[in-house]
Amino acid sequence: MKAAVVVFPGSNREGDMARALKQATGRRPSMLWHADHELPAGTDLVVLPGGFSYGDYLRCGAIAGRAAIMDAVRAHAARGGLVLGVCNGFQILCESGLLPGVLMRNANLRFVCRMQHLKVERNDTAFTRHYAKGQIIEVCIAHGEGNYEADDATIERLEGEGLVAFRYCDSAGNVGGEANPNGSRNDIAGIYSEKRNVLGLMPHPENLIDPLVGGTDGRALFESLASAA
Amino acid sequence: MKARVVVTLKSGILDPQGKAIEGALKSLGVEGVASVRQGKVFDVELAGADAGAAKAQLQTACEKLLANTVIENYQIDV
Repeated sequence: MKAAVVVFPGSNREGDMARALKQATGRRPSMLWHADHELPAGTDLVVLPGGFSYGDYLRCGAIAGRAAIMDAVRAHAARGGLVLGVCNGFQILCESGLLPGVLMRNANLRFVCRMQHLKVERNDTAFTRHYAKGQIIEVCIAHGEGNYEADDATIERLEGEGLVAFRYCDSAGNVGGEANPNGSRNDIAGIYSEKRNVLGLMPHPENLIDPLVGGTDGRALFESLASAA
Repeated sequence: MKARVVVTLKSGILDPQGKAIEGALKSLGVEGVASVRQGKVFDVELAGADAGAAKAQLQTACEKLLANTVIENYQIDV
């Protein structure tokens, strides 16, 4: 598994992401700059990390979504290459057109930073094969704009084609109500592209890979990726 | 040439910021406020002098960057 992490001005989780990838794959990912035009030869996975690219100016992820490197990321995705976007990376994927919909301001207008349970919707993808289908995992969230919104037709398509990757839930697996931290449509925490080679999610699995910080539920995502290529 | 682009949320899209502003206006005692929707204004200076070309350029700018047409509408005044 050859991974590359794209760093934008204002990214701040690239170090955590690199650590999680190194732990699972045994090799350090290459770090790319937003102004680069090419991915390193043989790249299997491109990761867009969390943070506040371009200070969230205009809209979250809007300017990063049009950065020079994104043409190479789009071409990589079109070839079937794996792409993971976490938090701001998810916002960038939506703004760049690689995933449908948009992440809006949290319904309660607050930045939420807390532990959060998620339901793993399916485990037959490159990102989740080391989880069980329907497994409840606990990771962390830290965002002000995570309220997933799309038109009815898009939501219907995502649900109908099994493209919802993770849903917010409580520790017992119940979705909705208090378990939804941001007002996201259908409690959506993460979605796949049509071919399921692109995943965007608001929660931070890369921060739950070490018992030292209170949990390791994020590790299986990176182990899945490590065994995917 | 000067132009103004106004980007607003499409109707039906929940606008929590507009709602909060609406609540604040009401709590300040500003009367008669039925609802508030928040948007963005871009004042753009263009090099050319042709209004038609300017409008076309700004339309491209809106489609490519200034508006997210999933949730936003835009209006161009040249």
